[in-house]
Amino acid sequence: MSASDLTSESPSFDITSASHQLHRAPFEGRALKSGFLTGLTWIMAVLASVPLFSVIYMLLIEGGSRLDWEAITALPPSAFEMGGGFGNAIIGTLIMVGIATLISVPIGLFAAIYLAILDPDSKLAQTARFLAKVLTGFPSILAGVFVYAAMVVTMKSYSALAGGVALAVLMLPTIVLAAEQAMTTVPKKMKDAAFGMGCTRAQVIWQVVLPTGMPGILTGVMLAVAGAAGESAPLLFTALFSNYFLSSLTEPTASLSILIFNFSGMPYDNQIELAWAASLVLVLIVLVLNITARFIGRQKF
Amino acid sequence: MNAIAETAAVEAAPTTTFGNTVMDCQVQKIFYGDFLAVRDSHLPIEKNKIIGFIGPSGCGKSTVLRSLNRMNDLIPVFRFEGKVTYHGQDIYDKKVDPVVVRRYIGMVFQQPNPFSMSIYDNVAFGLRLNRFKGNMDERVEKALNGAALWNEVKDKLKNSGLSLSGGQQQRLCIARAIATEPDVLLMDEPCSALDPIATRKVEELMLELKENYTIAIVTHNMQQAMRVADTTAFMGVDISQGSRTGYLVEMGATQRIFEDPQEELTRKYVRGEFS
Repeated sequence: MSASDLTSESPSFDITSASHQLHRAPFEGRALKSGFLTGLTWIMAVLASVPLFSVIYMLLIEGGSRLDWEAITALPPSAFEMGGGFGNAIIGTLIMVGIATLISVPIGLFAAIYLAILDPDSKLAQTARFLAKVLTGFPSILAGVFVYAAMVVTMKSYSALAGGVALAVLMLPTIVLAAEQAMTTVPKKMKDAAFGMGCTRAQVIWQVVLPTGMPGILTGVMLAVAGAAGESAPLLFTALFSNYFLSSLTEPTASLSILIFNFSGMPYDNQIELAWAASLVLVLIVLVLNITARFIGRQKF
Repeated sequence: MNAIAETAAVEAAPTTTFGNTVMDCQVQKIFYGDFLAVRDSHLPIEKNKIIGFIGPSGCGKSTVLRSLNRMNDLIPVFRFEGKVTYHGQDIYDKKVDPVVVRRYIGMVFQQPNPFSMSIYDNVAFGLRLNRFKGNMDERVEKALNGAALWNEVKDKLKNSGLSLSGGQQQRLCIARAIATEPDVLLMDEPCSALDPIATRKVEELMLELKENYTIAIVTHNMQQAMRVADTTAFMGVDISQGSRTGYLVEMGATQRIFEDPQEELTRKYVRGEFS
């Protein structure tokens, strides 16, 4: 039986025996529709990145021109003063994000271990998971008000400590959920192997689950840090602002985001330029932290 | 069916009187929740021999194997009634720590499961766990040699264990298991995810390993049991009570089980009449 016999005997397929046409038909209905939809996704992708790139462009143009050593080390200028910088705000932001990280990472990590491994299906775990998800959408200003009531009022002063705690409240759910996700994706067979070697549950967690899930955990931490570094609303109620360098964790503290907020609304060119430069520095800080975390947490094996 | 089941459990015991028994597994009942998974099976395991567990799907051979190092304790609804003695001690005794049991009775799983670490760290894992103080490099090399993997990986010990092929990964898992020199090695269908060449390598390895270890292997593959096992235990499924309960039908020297089985059910199974 030859090939032509086969085709002529299968009438259900409209493969015309004579032509065996394999060429593209670019103006056929399906091809046009496919082309149109592909084009549409391209356009949407470009549109989605327009805000990001225009912001970065503006930051580089406007902020880059003013970014120098004085800007990142000096204290903020007063109304008609020229020059000056935002060194205290950089330090304040770094310190408060640092405090927030020190508080939220241990709590978040242990909570995630509980949710992912110790008792994933318990009532407590289900409730905590639900609440963490609710908290990810928590209005950040309310975190500020909450910490204002809990710490600023009781300690009778705005402080870096209160600012750090407010940021920690906002970072916590992101860290918990990302770390839980990272740990649950560690294959069960790897945990079985560790148990089979004679690991205790703690050893399985510390020696196998955490190292294997580390890239995902660090990604979550970095997302949370990046978000916290840019927050201004919670700091308004907790850290307030200061025109001086930080000397104690229990006094009002400057931060980049509040400085940007304050300066960008002022009618003085010097302050507005500094606000641009501070914005650029804020983006750079987040970028550097991000790259560092990726470098430390990259999947080695 | 039920009649066969009842006689089997009674007869299996007297036919298996061995002198040099490392482990002695006497299952009365194994439950998962309310489900009776395995009942009435007596399986003595002899030193420096390979015992093969064969039988149809769902007969509980993996369940029994995992009961031998208390891996099943990780399943919350698991319940074991009976006794498993290891050098005379019941490993299900309340005073026994399952974590310690698993350090003496190692396990190789169905799917190769190296840790996401370097080849070296994979093998050294158990040694570090046991706070081994001697020459680590030497022991890692010895274990990899023992698993017939050294020549293939000696130049890339720093590479990921996950970068190896499936067969190499399984031999890495064997190396990891034997690095701590456990007494007994449990293997749960160790070749089911491997191609024929890798399977042959692992089988040859098992035959070498039994010089120093005692091995219990679950296999779906009767030819594999014939090739490697000294003793074969055939387990069947009893469906007479309305659920599927596994039990030991017959156990004995591999050749006898395959050539001259005493039970009709065994005869049918080894002839390939059901699976």
